[in-house]
This record gives sequence, C-alpha cells and structure tokens, in this order.
Amino acid sequence: MGHKTPLYELHESMGGKLVDFGGWDMPLHYGSQLEEHNIVRQGAGMFDVSHMTIVDVSGQEARKYLQYLVANDVARLEIKGKALYTAMLNEQGGIIDDLIIYLMTDKGSSNEWYRLVVNCATREKDLAWMADRAIGFDVTLNEQPELAMVAVQGPKARASVAALLGGSREQAINELPVFQGFESEGWFIARTGYTGEDGLEIMVPDDEVAQFWSALAEAGVAPCGLGARDTLRLEAGMNLYGSDMTDAVTPLESGIAWSVAFEPADRQFVGREVLDQQKANGGYNKLVGLVLETRGVLRGHQRVIVDGVGEGEITSGTFSPTLGFSVALARVPAGTGAAAKVEMRGKEIDVRVVRPPFVRNGKKVFE
Amino acid sequence: MSNVPGELKYVSSHEWIRVEGDGTVTIGVTDHAQEALGDVVFVELPDMDAEVSAGDDAGVVESVKAASDIYAPVSGVVVAINEDLEDAPEMVNSDPYGDGWFFKLQLTDESELDDLLSADEYSAACEEE
Repeated sequence: MGHKTPLYELHESMGGKLVDFGGWDMPLHYGSQLEEHNIVRQGAGMFDVSHMTIVDVSGQEARKYLQYLVANDVARLEIKGKALYTAMLNEQGGIIDDLIIYLMTDKGSSNEWYRLVVNCATREKDLAWMADRAIGFDVTLNEQPELAMVAVQGPKARASVAALLGGSREQAINELPVFQGFESEGWFIARTGYTGEDGLEIMVPDDEVAQFWSALAEAGVAPCGLGARDTLRLEAGMNLYGSDMTDAVTPLESGIAWSVAFEPADRQFVGREVLDQQKANGGYNKLVGLVLETRGVLRGHQRVIVDGVGEGEITSGTFSPTLGFSVALARVPAGTGAAAKVEMRGKEIDVRVVRPPFVRNGKKVFE
Repeated sequence: MSNVPGELKYVSSHEWIRVEGDGTVTIGVTDHAQEALGDVVFVELPDMDAEVSAGDDAGVVESVKAASDIYAPVSGVVVAINEDLEDAPEMVNSDPYGDGWFFKLQLTDESELDDLLSADEYSAACEEE
C-alpha cells in the first residue's frame, strides 16, 4: 500500500487503473491513455499531481539562499507570482532534481518568500539537501503536505476552470500571463504545466480538492493518468527526472542549459565551477530528439549509434499519439549530426535527429 | 475480470486459437493480454506463406507502453493475415477476439491442438500470474 492523495477514492470510482509511482498509488489511466492524451491536445484534461512536494522558503535571506541553491537565478523573478524553471545541482554539477520556483510576494518586500515544487520520487533527498545547504542562511523551509495539486491542461483548460470558479478568480485566470500564478483564499493558481498545452496547475487545500475535481469532471474536463502525462510531456520535449536527467549528468548535457543563469558571473551557486569548466571545454554529450517515421516504437535505454562519432542512449521514448509515429529523447555525443541509428530488437534502424520539442499547442513543431 | 470465451483454445503466452474445422486456425491475443499491453499502436504480422513452428516468434505487438512478441501457438503455414490492423491497430484493444485477430495458419500437425489450454485452464493460469 502506497501513499494516497485526497483524490484516491475518486480515482477508484472513476475507473482509474492505480499503480505505484514513487511510493504513491496514482492513476495510470482511466481506460485509454491515447484518448486521454488526445483530449488534452484538443480540449481539457485534468491530472492529480498532489504527490508532488511543495516547499515554501521564507526568511530574510530567502533570495540569497535560493541564488546559491539552484542553477537559475531567482533574482530574475520581477513580478509577484512569476515562475522560474531550474535545476538543483550537486557539487559535481549533477542534477539532484528539477523544480519550479514561484515568487510569492512583491520583489524586494520585507517578507519576500518563494514556493518550490519538486518531484515526489526525490522528496527525501531534496529536503535533506535543501536543509543542509540552508545552514548559515537566515531562511525557513516549510513543506506544505496539506496542499493537493491538480493540473488542468489543454486548449480549453483555462476557460473551463475560469467559468467554474467564477468571480474574481475567473477574471484573474482569464488575464493570467504565461508562467505566472496568483494566490486566492488558500489556493494558488498558476499558468504552468507539463504537457506543451495551455493550462493551469492549481494548488488546493486537501479538504477542498475532491469537490473541485468532481466539479471539473461535471464541467466536462476528462480525468487523465500518468500514462498520458508521460506521452504529452515527451512530445513537448520536457525532461522527466530519473530518465532524461539524473545526478550523474549536468544541465548542459540534459538540454536545459537555458535554465542555467551564468550571469551575473559572480553568483556562486552549487555546481557552478563544474558547469563553467564544462562550458569552456565543450565536447560534452547533448540531449537531442529522435524521430522514427516508420513502424516501431523507440524505447528508453535503447542504444543509439552515430556513424563515425560514437554511441549514445535513448533516455525516454514513446509512440507519439499526436504525430502517429515514435519520438524519443536521447543523450548522444557532441558531434552527432542529423542522422543516427537505434538498435531495436536486434536490428539497427535509421532515425532522424531533431531539436525538441516535437509538439506544441497541438501541432508538430520540429523541422 | 477479463473475457475468456469458452469456445476458444489458449496458450499461456496469451494467444487465443480458434479451430475453424477446415484444417486452419485463427490466432489473436487475449483480452487479458490487450488490457495488460494498453493502447496498441503497431502490429507486425508474419509474412504470407511463412512456415512457423509452435513457439516461434510470429510477430510483434507494440503498445504505447511496451513491445511484446507474438508466438505461433501451433505449427503451420500462414494462409491469412489481418491487414486491417495496419491502419487500425486499436482493434486489438476494442475487439481482441473479433476484428482484432492477427493471422491464420494451415495446420501441419493437428495433434498439437491437444496441447492447448481450455478457457478454464487459461483463466487459472492468468490468476497465478
């Protein structure tokens, strides 16, 4: 028996196939993963992401601490509610976890604080690491286990939630810029997601989330499981921690160099020296997209062969329901060009190497 | 609980076999198998006129989740393949014992049919998994 979110009974009653995910009993799908995927690309679907870990960081040195803790720079957050994607690195530059950080107050206010959302499978090591790094800083870390979280995603997601909540929240949701959130009566509603579609991620007090989920279902928002969440994020070219990146690789080797703030050059964050060195030396592996436009499905851990250059490995692969063929993320040598081969079931199959993402807002985006 | 029609034969690798009575058999994968696989996206079938022995790989079924081999449950010559699965692999999920059939074999040794499982035996085998 794993941990249960406050929506567990609803998942069961709505026909969810529940599986273990990082110690939590979570819905894999509610019948068809493909249908759920397509609903999110075309309409609106909802995901229970209550298993994710929310940590609030406050105190006089909250900003200074986070500028040291993570590779992106929270000083870039200028507006209350704005979100920042980043990685938390170890001393070797390896990725401990990826996370989103929201600025929860006006920048520079005396009580400036931040909200972090980290992965569930990495919760213990993240919290321990964060607490250790906090030594010497005037900072307080508060986990928020009593907040559930629902992601409502798809071209019709925002309108569905806005109409359901009504009032001032409706207006705020309609006017909400991308990658920004707002607090409202204990809720936190942000225009973020992990699907490549427009949508919201909504933190809701545990005792209110079941009613919210049921009301969304009545409004025609389809419950979706972790299966669809994975195919959606992979089409969107978004990394999955533990598959596409681990503590053995750096952000530069994981396609998320854009999330590392090298400027200002005097900001010392954990892992910086290794990244500076790696960037200066060049020649490191890179995370690329692979496309197989014929039959077959690329899968994680398959061997990638680049003639005259070397070998790599698929970090995640799937059938892309939106495109109708298979796509993958793979870590390959620096010199990899536009073509590679993948060893599938004993045969070497030609694939194209592209720059992710594969799909955004329901449409193919790679060349 | 998954559907296990009483009139069919089975093997523990989750193929079903319908004995047509004219020396041929029709083969597909069971409801239990399609449910475990999840949404099927590609099916690779054997070549027409290919000769297969019981237990040989005779194709591949790929779902969003995983790839699985399809085994020939008995020996024979491939006399028909379900080409509709090329465009509509989801029929393996929606109608595993009907439109989702895979291929037909002309039997080379009818006595092999005696080795197949009954519906009850197959159900019991699934429960042991």
